[in-house]
Amino acid sequence: MSRSEIEVRGLHKSFGDNEVLRGIDLEINQGEVVCVIGPSGSGKSTLLRCVNLLEEPTKGQVFVGGTELTDPDVDIDAVRRRIGMVFQQFNLFPHLTVTENLTLPQRRVLKRDKAKAAAVAAENLERVGLAEKANAYPSSLSGGQQQRVAIARSLSMGPEVMLFDEPTSALDPELVGDVLAVMRMLAEEGMTMMVVTHEMTFAREVADRVVFMDDGVIVEDGTPAQVIGNPAHERTRHFLSRLLDPAMADVEEETSDQVGGETED
Amino acid sequence: MTDTDIPPQPSRSLQPKKKGLTRRQKRSLSRGVQYAVFVAAVIAFAVSADWDRLKNQFAQADIAEQMFPDVITMALKNTVLYTLSGFAVGLVLGMVIALMRLSSVGPYRWFAGVYIEIFRGLPALLIFIFIGVAVPLAFPGTEIVGGTYGKVALALGLVAAAYMAETIRAGIQAVPKGQMEAARSLGFSPARAMISIIIPQAFRIILPPLTNELVLLFKDSSLVLFLGVTLDERELSKYGRDLASTTANSTPILVAGLCYLLVTIPLGFVVRRMEAKAQEAVK
Repeated sequence: MSRSEIEVRGLHKSFGDNEVLRGIDLEINQGEVVCVIGPSGSGKSTLLRCVNLLEEPTKGQVFVGGTELTDPDVDIDAVRRRIGMVFQQFNLFPHLTVTENLTLPQRRVLKRDKAKAAAVAAENLERVGLAEKANAYPSSLSGGQQQRVAIARSLSMGPEVMLFDEPTSALDPELVGDVLAVMRMLAEEGMTMMVVTHEMTFAREVADRVVFMDDGVIVEDGTPAQVIGNPAHERTRHFLSRLLDPAMADVEEETSDQVGGETED
Repeated sequence: MTDTDIPPQPSRSLQPKKKGLTRRQKRSLSRGVQYAVFVAAVIAFAVSADWDRLKNQFAQADIAEQMFPDVITMALKNTVLYTLSGFAVGLVLGMVIALMRLSSVGPYRWFAGVYIEIFRGLPALLIFIFIGVAVPLAFPGTEIVGGTYGKVALALGLVAAAYMAETIRAGIQAVPKGQMEAARSLGFSPARAMISIIIPQAFRIILPPLTNELVLLFKDSSLVLFLGVTLDERELSKYGRDLASTTANSTPILVAGLCYLLVTIPLGFVVRRMEAKAQEAVK
């Protein structure tokens, strides 16, 4: 439990003049589940995308499993094989069946043979409870099923770390539960997970740590009981009250530093 | 404004009196006139045309008969062969140009842009003359592989590549950005992701415009007329024209034309079906 699996040091990221991340330091240990919460445009998705270098950091370092991703000479494709990524919009390959979505990356990237790839795919579909959809096309599945297939696709590559970018935000409310159940299962199996989410119940029950971000910096970092149950900062309290009881929020003036909203969609 | 929520007008005489025809009457009158003009034009043509002469010129059964089976086994076969080889060259070259156009290397983008502008801007006929006449004169001793077939494939391919490159580029850009991100985060290299994930999806998107391009090429293959070809290398247009001049009759032109339609009409139908299907998939 002590080895740090993800380490972020002095991370800055700007899109043009818009500085989205202003100095992030974060360490996530092996087997730890960390939920990143915060308002739209706070930079939480950008931070997650910097961890597997889908966004190139402007300044700072990112280590995963001891390898520095921000080193220009590192084989980024090799490092990414160890990092699973789950997107808000699922991003399944629509021209392939569910099974092919799981086997093609294994065969092309890991050079596994057909039988081995199919066995791994079947096993992971079983884990997310979708074995009977093996031959369906993504378009015939519900959002929740697509997201579970996307998780199974990542798992088929045998990752050591899983990143989740608002995995339930594009789902109808009644489909959220199935996806969260799969994520909870992974957490219990000891997967190292970094989850950007608005699901406070999940964060409270499953996360080992909760990180609250606002305006490109980490405001609070602690156990769910501390950050969600008893936040130390006014900004955290304010965010949580709006999130947990949206109907009670007052109409607010837009502040000038809330630029543009979520840049990463 | 509906009249249900307005109180009844005190006097009907306040409303402006409608003069002349109502809207519905005007519409049916206009349609009636259009039908009448059409019917009159058809009758005028049917009466004034010299049917015997037309039949003699365009539909002589014995001349048509003597074209078979050559018009199919040789002329149509060559047309199809020229078209397909030109399409193959155009597709490969177009793919290369499209990828260059999307490259992060400046000179590649620049070269692709210039190529597309030049070959879309020049008449196909000029390219044929260039390949057929200018190249052998400018580079004596060079032989284009495949003789006439090679020349035609090259000329058609050079023109088609410019159009196809733009189509393929649009197709690649129409694949959602998330697809590349998902592939990269699974560990695909950029090239692998392009080949395994992006291009197969792009081709699904551009299948209808590519088939359209095939129809255009099928017709452009008639430009072979301007290359010197042997008797056995003639395609529909040249074959039809040669026969028309030896028989001093236009029937061969009509038969050759029908052979084109035999291919282009079903292909056009296929394109519309694919487009409708793609529309449905989007919904």
